[in-house]
Amino acid sequence: MVDLLKASGLCGGYGDVQVLHDVALTVKAGEIVCLIGSNGAGKTTLLRVLSGMAKSTAGSILFADQDLRGLPAQEIVRRGIAHVPEGRRLFAGMTVRENLLMGSYLRGDGRAVINKDLDFVLATFPKLAERLHQDASTLSGGEQQMCAIGRGLMANPTLLMIDELSLGLSPKLVGELSKALTEINRAGQSILLVEQDVATALRLASTGFVLDTGRIVLSGPSNELVANPSVREAYLGMTAA
Amino acid sequence: MKRSPIAIVGLGVLVLVVIILPFTATNYLLRLTTIAFMYIALASSWNIVGGFIGYPSFATAAFFGIGAYASGILRGASSLPLPATWLFGAAAATLFSLLVGPAILRLRGHYFAVASLVLAAVLREITNAATTLTGGGMGLNLPAVGAINVDVQTRLYYVSMLVAAALTIGLATLIWRSRLGWAMRCIEQNEDAAIVLGVNTLATKILGFAASAATAGLVGAIYATWIGYIDPTDAFDDLLSVKPIIMAFIGGVGTIFGPVAGAIIFLVLEEFVWRNVLNFHAGILGIIIVALLVFMPGGIGSIGRGIEKLRAYGRAGRTSDISGAAPPVVPS
Repeated sequence: MVDLLKASGLCGGYGDVQVLHDVALTVKAGEIVCLIGSNGAGKTTLLRVLSGMAKSTAGSILFADQDLRGLPAQEIVRRGIAHVPEGRRLFAGMTVRENLLMGSYLRGDGRAVINKDLDFVLATFPKLAERLHQDASTLSGGEQQMCAIGRGLMANPTLLMIDELSLGLSPKLVGELSKALTEINRAGQSILLVEQDVATALRLASTGFVLDTGRIVLSGPSNELVANPSVREAYLGMTAA
Repeated sequence: MKRSPIAIVGLGVLVLVVIILPFTATNYLLRLTTIAFMYIALASSWNIVGGFIGYPSFATAAFFGIGAYASGILRGASSLPLPATWLFGAAAATLFSLLVGPAILRLRGHYFAVASLVLAAVLREITNAATTLTGGGMGLNLPAVGAINVDVQTRLYYVSMLVAAALTIGLATLIWRSRLGWAMRCIEQNEDAAIVLGVNTLATKILGFAASAATAGLVGAIYATWIGYIDPTDAFDDLLSVKPIIMAFIGGVGTIFGPVAGAIIFLVLEEFVWRNVLNFHAGILGIIIVALLVFMPGGIGSIGRGIEKLRAYGRAGRTSDISGAAPPVVPS
């Protein structure tokens, strides 16, 4: 498979505080990659650097063979990376439909194409179709996450980055969302997933990267990571036999 | 968009009144209506930045003053027709907003508020110091409009302010319905989320700031020729920044109709209090404003909620359970 996103030697953070140290991460076209790690490991910061929301100080971010580092956020969206931020961040006072359509803010292709994508999102998340003309702030947590992911998809991205998929959601809802993501992925969507729930993340993804205090300490196919004693002990709460 | 028949009839009556007034009303009433138009324009102008984008701007006085002085100076130095000098005032204010906007619109919340408040103060001092151009603290006298009488003059400024108000409401409506308006609403709700979607937030904010500057500058320019004399404390008066905010809050922030209604209500209150309680008018007005904001936090549209709140206070006072919450269930 072709490398879609290839970050290497990436350093970055906020102001004088360096959070990321020499991070390397690759997402191949068509796969789901998960980024796992404990609280404060720098997962969100890495996503923010990739989407141009936070500054990087060194390294490169190759996306479809072009360096994205230093580009403004809107240019990165335009080139095909959509970021579903942590905590959903929907727009209150706007309906579900309006929130979803804001996802296609930068797209120049006509209404027909955008409506087709809207239909796809609503087919993927039928609950959103029921609530289409409701204020987004009246949605439940799970529905808000669906709306946020749907809004990301409306940008018609080559790569969809989701920060904290399961945050504050019941296991049943996480299961539903996982199923939806698998479907979306089967339709060809590449996904980079940040997740604290390591078991869920590794079940969904084919490749995993483990971030610890701003450094990638481990990476590989999900099934190998699941079997890795240090991952089992540190993140899955199982002591090595 | 569908409109209710009542709204259409109401609007029709309003338009009729506005047309008939210059032929029937006294000069006092016309002057008051002209101030109403001015307030409507300023409140709608502030609303583009403060309401749509949600940035608490105190820059209205700066834009107003620049519009007043730029057009006043040009009028003194040339024989250009009035509208040309007014447009020059609006353009000068817009240019100023484009110069300072990129710097201060990177600030958020209180920091932005303070930065925007300082603009008028700095301009006031500069105007005071630049005596040769502005007349300094002595102020600037503007030549009167030809040899026309008071009645005609009153009507001229009535129409001019009306046009300024209409232009401001029109521009605000245009922005509100456009792609730019959607971007502004997103920034107002959550700026980070807007950035993530690819909204160029800085450019959006600058455009809104410039629209606000152009309209407030135009009003300032018309005001200068109307009054015929401006000085730094008058043209850059901080109240010019504060009043439009209060008006927008009274009517409902972030809507098209809110600032218009709020401006009229504010003027009626201001005039009523001024005429009846001359020696404590500012105090009374302040108390009324605080009461309005407490009981109608969302503007006149939320008056029902305010009354409900009052009733809730009443109920809480009568019953022993003040919090209104159910007593905790003690597991047996």
